[in-house]
Amino acid sequence: MPDLLLELFCEEIPARMQAQAADTLRKLVTDALVERGLVYEGAKAFVTPRRLALAVHGLPASQPDVHEERKGPRVGAPDGAIQGFLKASGLASIDQAKIENDPKKGEFYVAHIHKHGRPTPEVIAEIVPAIIRSFPWPKSMRWGRNSVNPNTLRWVRPLQSIIATFGPETEEPEVVPFEVDGIRSGDVTRGHRFLSQGTIRVRRLDDWLTKLEAAFVVADRERRKDIILNDAKDLALAQGLELVEDAGLLDEIAGLVEWPVVLTGSFDPAFLDVPDEVIRATIRANQKCFVLKDPATGRLANRFILVSNLEATDGGKAIIAGNERVIRARLSDAKFFWETDKKTNATVPLEERLAKFGNVTFQEKLGSQLERIQRIARLARELAPMVGADPDLAEQAALYAKSDLRTEVVGEFPEVQGLMGRYYAELEGLDPAIALAAEEHYKPQGPTDRVPTAPVSVAVALADKLDTLTGFWAIDEKPTGSKDPYALRRAALGVVRLITTTGASINLRDAVKRSIVLHVIHGMRPSNGYPSIAAYYDCQHEEQPKPDWNATPYSLLLNADGFLDAKGSDAAICQAGNPDLGSDPESASTGELRYAAYTELTNRLETLDSVYICSVFDDLDNPTASYLEVACLFVAQHSWLDKAVNDLATDLLSFFADRLKVHLREAGARHDLVDAVFALEGQDDLLLVTKRVEALGRFLATEDGRNLLAGTKRAANILRIEEKKDGVSYDGGVDVVLLHEPEERALADAIAALGPKIEAALAREDFEGAMGLIAGLRAPVDAFFDKVTVNAADAGLRVNRLRLLADIRAITRQIADFDRIEG
Amino acid sequence: MFALIRAGARLRLRAIFPPTAGFPMIDPTLPPHMRPDKSFQGLILALHAFWADKGCVVLQPYDMEVGAGTFHPATTLRALGPLPWKAAYVQPSRRPKDGRYGENPNRLQHYYQYQVILKPSPADLQDLYLASLDAIGIDLKLHDVRFVEDDWESPTLGAWGLGWECWCDGMEVSQFTYFQQVAGIECSPVSGELTYGLERLAMYVQGVENVYDLNFNGREGDEKVTYGDVFLQAEQEYSRHNFEHADTAMLLEQFRMAESAAAKYLAAGWNDDKSRHLMAQPAYDQCIKASHVFNLLDARGVISVTERQSYILRVRELAKACGAAWLATAAGGAPSAA
Repeated sequence: MPDLLLELFCEEIPARMQAQAADTLRKLVTDALVERGLVYEGAKAFVTPRRLALAVHGLPASQPDVHEERKGPRVGAPDGAIQGFLKASGLASIDQAKIENDPKKGEFYVAHIHKHGRPTPEVIAEIVPAIIRSFPWPKSMRWGRNSVNPNTLRWVRPLQSIIATFGPETEEPEVVPFEVDGIRSGDVTRGHRFLSQGTIRVRRLDDWLTKLEAAFVVADRERRKDIILNDAKDLALAQGLELVEDAGLLDEIAGLVEWPVVLTGSFDPAFLDVPDEVIRATIRANQKCFVLKDPATGRLANRFILVSNLEATDGGKAIIAGNERVIRARLSDAKFFWETDKKTNATVPLEERLAKFGNVTFQEKLGSQLERIQRIARLARELAPMVGADPDLAEQAALYAKSDLRTEVVGEFPEVQGLMGRYYAELEGLDPAIALAAEEHYKPQGPTDRVPTAPVSVAVALADKLDTLTGFWAIDEKPTGSKDPYALRRAALGVVRLITTTGASINLRDAVKRSIVLHVIHGMRPSNGYPSIAAYYDCQHEEQPKPDWNATPYSLLLNADGFLDAKGSDAAICQAGNPDLGSDPESASTGELRYAAYTELTNRLETLDSVYICSVFDDLDNPTASYLEVACLFVAQHSWLDKAVNDLATDLLSFFADRLKVHLREAGARHDLVDAVFALEGQDDLLLVTKRVEALGRFLATEDGRNLLAGTKRAANILRIEEKKDGVSYDGGVDVVLLHEPEERALADAIAALGPKIEAALAREDFEGAMGLIAGLRAPVDAFFDKVTVNAADAGLRVNRLRLLADIRAITRQIADFDRIEG
Repeated sequence: MFALIRAGARLRLRAIFPPTAGFPMIDPTLPPHMRPDKSFQGLILALHAFWADKGCVVLQPYDMEVGAGTFHPATTLRALGPLPWKAAYVQPSRRPKDGRYGENPNRLQHYYQYQVILKPSPADLQDLYLASLDAIGIDLKLHDVRFVEDDWESPTLGAWGLGWECWCDGMEVSQFTYFQQVAGIECSPVSGELTYGLERLAMYVQGVENVYDLNFNGREGDEKVTYGDVFLQAEQEYSRHNFEHADTAMLLEQFRMAESAAAKYLAAGWNDDKSRHLMAQPAYDQCIKASHVFNLLDARGVISVTERQSYILRVRELAKACGAAWLATAAGGAPSAA
């Protein structure tokens, strides 16, 4: 069986694109072959910085022949139909068609069409140029003379030559002839850019590999990676050191060399004063080199591993010296940054350092980084008691946590943010909890990242994430579909995992509301106060630009009760001065509407400003209350604002609920149990939801649980049918007098007795207890269905029994919506 | 068949290859003040000689302050239109924000770029580039030269291209770009652009750690002139100017003046049926001016983040209009007027 060898030789392909490109080439070519009836035995793609190649093994020499029968018109059909049939089936005359007989249709024509399969090279010559022309590079370019042609070939970098050979192992293969934009396929390639000269003629995969290897090219990417990793480890070992492995770096380096030569160099040990992570980041980012550590201490050694693309004539001395030179310069910079930061931290008080964040915008509508830090600090303080942290410590930790963002080291290497915060806090001799929180408050970053457990870290981590979520919710920048530019899903999952992992009992709705109020106080407010935006709406100044109402960050707050949508008002405010306004601006009623709306808007803006003022002045009547408490009380007194804050909170809580659902399912909980619990109202406490789902799962695993579930579902089914039929709800109000049978009386008594007890157990958050109590219903429910006919002939009895069923539904719903549970 | 892909041991061949044929080496008879590895001026002379030999027009720097060699009309404008073009020149480049009062051994607010532009990009451009390294004394059998992905973009010029930063033993020494778009206009044909960081290269071939220690004229003893002798005082003075004293009110006014002058010249340059433009280059000078003034304002820290974007857009609009005007000139390839 013949093999195909394809090599696309070009100028250096970006390392990050290579693996994907090899995969894509294999898939595109093999799919196209199979689609044309050319089934193969195996295929392997190769990629180096300068070539993309594919070997397809065990292809047939040609496509299989195809036999097709095409039914035509009946014998004696009009000439038009006959001609059409001849044209479609490619027959020269109707004599070439056979005549077949069908009992229903009678005699009709059939064309027997034989298609000889085309030789495989012909098919390859057709599909490969098309694949090259439409190859999905992340970014492609034009080059050279041909670039004036609008249909010029685009490739990742200039494409220089193409190998395409085809033939069985035992014979000299042929070149599959084709041309792409002036490049003719052939059987010639080049070896290493510097270590090899001239061209190489190849026949098929095995000698392509051998000849390339002799020309200093390791074509297989995985083998290059193995060589680099093994040589690096050996070199480290030879120096009594250990390689700090880095899979991402290894991938990248394997895409930068065709002939990896691993060398080792050193730097001045004085640079080891700089934290290991900074040294590593410097050497990795700028030089693409590995660092080494001392296995005895676990700390970095003053040596590094570099991978060159050259067997240099001096054994690599000049290359090592050059790399050492650059690393010296880079580490000098890093050390300078580190020393500068230490000096700044020692001489400039934190407050002054934080003040600089006032000039840095966090988000246009959400104010500066300084305002963000103030909010997080305040919220961390509020959350502290709920997670067992000291409020003062939590507030200080939050104030400190972001301070490393303005340091020189983090400015240069953003990946060490947080970590540097910890180092600097330790150097400043701050409480260890503050140092730890500086590092940990970004966590957890995803579904598998570690969740911090130190109370102060938890408080700051929660505050940081909640602040981000409430802010973007308030300005209506929620994630949509696949778009989540601010990683809000990750932040919400972080909150979920923090709460469920640490078991912190947090009233999430309350925390969210407080966080929203903090945004009103710090960040959203225009520098000259909320009322300043009303100036734009002054009806007297019609020549002023029409304000874009939706662009104001507070539109969700101001308009939650829809006052601007009230007829006329929104138009009056938003479009004052717009001559296209439907209503007559001169009419008295329009004027009144506008005036009323304008007054209301002004009042609302004044109210928002008063919320802000709560944070500026002490409440003389209530001197011990915190400004946030006073502000929250003030918000609660204004129904439109209270509603706005509550609506936002509700919406965000349902987002948390979605994240929790996903999280519980991924942790192995049954999705129907999760749904059954979330179907209950007011499931704001993520921890309680989790506990309830767990308890429910255990309960349903018992015999009582299974039976009660069956009984409850039966009740719910009957109710669903009867309520639909009668068009009424049977909730509530069983008439004791109408309970005739002992079983229905027993059931009613059991429900009446258990109801308050279950309620009390739930109030204690004792889910196991509640489940144990409700298990007591199993026997009366079973007995009821055994003995009592629900749809009694007597209408009064029937209604009363349906009401009894509704009571079963109601009491079980205290635990979960059993109707949503499967089984 | 795949069994044949064996993980064979690699050959450990060393230095069995003859020196690359056709690569010029440094002429050993050259005196030090002409040698690229002994003097800064020698480096420039070697590059001039090399690229002159490859058919380039060797130009002098543009006589205006620019941020990079790309701004020279010999690159920005000549990259547009169908006519072939080959040029090489040194361009002093001003980066007001990079001033360090002469205290940093690697950063300068004024430095030299060596710029080569070849249109259309020749098929052997990479080989030409490597030969030029050899010509300035970088032995390709000793040094690890790599082409590392780097996509180039100039928001102010409305330009982008694909290419690499070229590494020599881990140090970036050049920028290699295939222009795809300039002044918002598709390049047709595509030009190849090479930019050498002259100070860095010189530091490397001279084996010097501090830019100010570079031997400028290749002499020794009393006759020796270093890079510091020539430029240290200027770095100190201009750093003061760029960060502390540049007159911001005047600069803001200059920006507006340059912008409106460019618009004026652009409008005046079009002929009646808008088929020819007669003043593309004077208009483009004003665009260069606006760009440099913006860089100074930026260094003075008087431009906020949001304003920054709008200044860049304003310069880009000028660049685009100048590019469009250039295409309506003879050198821009417009058909000769009837």
